Amino acid sequence: MLKKLLPVIEHALKKPIWDCRMCGQCVLHSTGMTCPMTCPKTLRNGPCGGVREDGNCEVKPEMPCIWVKAYDRTISLPLPKVWKEHYNELRPPVDMQLQGTSSWINLVTKRDQQTPVGWAAPDGKH
Amino acid sequence: MSVLREKLENTNDVVFTAEFPSVDGAGMAGVEKNVARLAPWFDAVNATDNPAAHAHASNTTTAIAMKMHGLEPIMQIVCRDKNRLAIQSDMMGASLHGITNISLLTGDDVTAGDEPESRRVFDIDSAQAINIARGMAGGTYLSGRAIKPAPDFYIGAVENAAAPPFNYRIQRALKKHRAGAKFLQLQICYHPDRLEAFCKGVAEVAPDLKLIPTFLLVKSAKSLDYVHNKIPGIDVPAATIARVRNANNQRDEAYKLTLELARHALSLPGVRGLHVTDFRHDDSLVEFISDLGRRPRN
Ligand code: SF4
Repeated sequence: MLKKLLPVIEHALKKPIWDCRMCGQCVLHSTGMTCPMTCPKTLRNGPCGGVREDGNCEVKPEMPCIWVKAYDRTISLPLPKVWKEHYNELRPPVDMQLQGTSSWINLVTKRDQQTPVGWAAPDGKH
Repeated sequence: MSVLREKLENTNDVVFTAEFPSVDGAGMAGVEKNVARLAPWFDAVNATDNPAAHAHASNTTTAIAMKMHGLEPIMQIVCRDKNRLAIQSDMMGASLHGITNISLLTGDDVTAGDEPESRRVFDIDSAQAINIARGMAGGTYLSGRAIKPAPDFYIGAVENAAAPPFNYRIQRALKKHRAGAKFLQLQICYHPDRLEAFCKGVAEVAPDLKLIPTFLLVKSAKSLDYVHNKIPGIDVPAATIARVRNANNQRDEAYKLTLELARHALSLPGVRGLHVTDFRHDDSLVEFISDLGRRPRN
């Protein structure tokens, strides 16, 4: 029951504020509360090389690049220090199996931290 | 060992890299012609992956053809057209043919090309692709399945030193380096001050990361206008365009400008080579790198 209800509630809350795409593995805290899934290239690890001189998106010139926004907000918002430090962490590939599920449940069950066995983080940890 | 790796890792030589012209209809004869033109002058040449989102002969097959004819490829893989499975098979396929220089990049969006109605993939991003390549070189696919023996990769990437968010670009280079990139080819840049700040910053946080800035040979102010207006991520200052426009001989002035920028770049910390892209298609490509001290290889 909760498994069905929570995604609906989560989407209802997060869609209007962050244009949440329900990837099921939320990283908002480390991206200055800016959703990387709204980047047209769905990049999880920072801006592409096409960001325009005015800070707008290569693909949608009328939209600010979400990674420029994320960077500015990471610096200016009063977020916890560890969240800010996570801005440049290497985020693993999106697990497509979690699409549409509640990131809240996945956070509690730690399902969102499962990565493929071959995904060694640069410090050697998985 | 690849010449690129040998030179970058074991010598202090400046390396020169270029772009292999996209292969469409000219067949192996066309490849041979381009190899003959580039091989004496360049250490390694990029085999591109559907550049600017236009379809051409594939990255892997182009790299194989180059290698067959004696030119060392840097095989690019972009994240736009292939999911993580296909990207790993590109790398394994390259390794099968003895190709070791692999450069992983995000890629232009499909809307930059002539088939903007295509589905964009971007299943993984460039930093993730680099980390997966490092994992493969360590003996496993992303799944954890063993590869024995592990492929020998010399992993590279691309970064734009001069696009917003300016203050973050050094950190992003560091992220790619930590993920496994040993060298970075940099996007064309007409802001020497930004390039300088970037190279100095990278040299401080990642002294082992080899930087290869890119320079574009153009003939006229019109080409600079084009680059400024049409290639996202490259800003050409108005004063720079005016300098070329107001010159008596635009061809000469554009050449001089590029030479000055390249000389400045070579003086910066961390810079170990130059990448040259050619919009002029005359004999100035060889003149350019000769002026920068390059002698043909024997
Ligand atoms: S410019 Fe920014 S928002 Fe646009 S595709 Fe690149 S990273 Fe994504």
